[in-house]
Amino acid sequence: MKMRKVFAALGMVAALGVTATTAQAQQGGALERIQQSGVLRVAVPQDFPPFGSVGPDMKPVGYDIDTAQLIATEMGVKLELVPVTSTNRIPYLTTNRVDLVISSMGKNEEREKVIDFTDAYAPFFNGVFGPQDVQVAKAEDLSGKVVGVTRGSVEDIELSKIIPANVTVQRYEDNNGTISAFLSGQVELIATGNVVAASILERNPPRKPEVKFLIKNSPCYVGLNKNETALREKVNEILAKAKSDGSLEQIAQKWLQSGLPADL
Amino acid sequence: MAYSFDFSAVFDYSDVLLQGILMTVQLTAVGTVFGVGLGIVGAAVMTSRSRILRVIVSAYVELIRNTPFLVQLFFIFFGLPALGFRLSAWEAASLAMVINLGAYSTEIIRAGIEATPKGQIEAGLSLGMNRVQVFRHIIISPAMQRIWPALSSQIVIVMLGSAVCSQIAAEELTYAANFIQSRNFRAFESYFVTTILYLALAIALRFVLKMVGNHMFKRRSHA
Repeated sequence: MKMRKVFAALGMVAALGVTATTAQAQQGGALERIQQSGVLRVAVPQDFPPFGSVGPDMKPVGYDIDTAQLIATEMGVKLELVPVTSTNRIPYLTTNRVDLVISSMGKNEEREKVIDFTDAYAPFFNGVFGPQDVQVAKAEDLSGKVVGVTRGSVEDIELSKIIPANVTVQRYEDNNGTISAFLSGQVELIATGNVVAASILERNPPRKPEVKFLIKNSPCYVGLNKNETALREKVNEILAKAKSDGSLEQIAQKWLQSGLPADL
Repeated sequence: MAYSFDFSAVFDYSDVLLQGILMTVQLTAVGTVFGVGLGIVGAAVMTSRSRILRVIVSAYVELIRNTPFLVQLFFIFFGLPALGFRLSAWEAASLAMVINLGAYSTEIIRAGIEATPKGQIEAGLSLGMNRVQVFRHIIISPAMQRIWPALSSQIVIVMLGSAVCSQIAAEELTYAANFIQSRNFRAFESYFVTTILYLALAIALRFVLKMVGNHMFKRRSHA
């Protein structure tokens, strides 16, 4: 009987401890906790290549995973990956199951009400892509040209608003149609996302799609809980270093087949 | 049912629909004229004595009749550029329709030709007609008359099948419907209107083909 009471008391102490750390985290002690426990918990995508997908050995791989590893290594702690979906990644963060969300997340007003963001770590945009020798720098330059696009996509809707009337827009059923049209030379220019362009580059085509101009730019940011100034500064510091020493550039080359844009 | 129907959302795009109808009609016209032409040549070869030509044509007929139209279309549009043979969406769609109807009509017309009684051909030859005259007056005309209803149905099928050409961004009626649906998100209205338009097109096409048939074969039977 006595033992049981001891255990119960220990349990309560442990529970209190957990509550205490949770409360502490909400007040901004995440960095301290990470350094004490030696583990950085990061929410990563598992269904969004090339940012995060399940590799052949069933472990997550991708741009986001490499970025998470880079941050953990710089902090000198172990990395714990938590696979999430795009709907539950913010709840995972706000309920303190993870310290950071590196899940190809864009910044918007609604999200900023709930969580904080660091600096951008990955380019994410859609734009018009074409081979190097095609001279196009803005929507007006498309005049008289043919552009392939996936019907109903964001880039279709946005592009249709800004192009001159004499542009022929060939709309395909899905991204594969758009990719095929580009690869077979049926269209010289396509409007699509940088991720789709990366998947074309991966096939090493004779005519490489290069970005001509942006339609919509929404880079990815690392998400973290509000009031975690210390952690945010630490992550920003690591990202700034990774940008200047080329290690983030390496990750971009590896997963997106193209370098980081200058403004990232 | 909280859905409120709004057909004006579709008719806002009536110019897009009209262009779609126009292209479907054009594709069907080109496909029919050249496809049936190809079918007559194919059928003539199939009933000829040249074994090599027969093998070539039956290989073509079997290849086309035993593969999906969509795959044929993709091959022409996305595949052939690898061989340096690049066609625009419109050209590829027209070509695919001609090739497709050509194969089916070869078989249909061949059946009509084979139903020609041998005695009629012999009668023609004994009257001093040459082979071309025999083929034209004794073989192909009655054959076309016999198979005209079957051929008409096949032409309507090909017209409806042209919907698939939207997949290579040929801007025909289905492409127009998909486009409108991707803009107003009114799937019911967009596809309802399109269905009615296809139905009207098919009925009109049947009527035209019937008229053409009446005109062509009435004159023949008087001659």
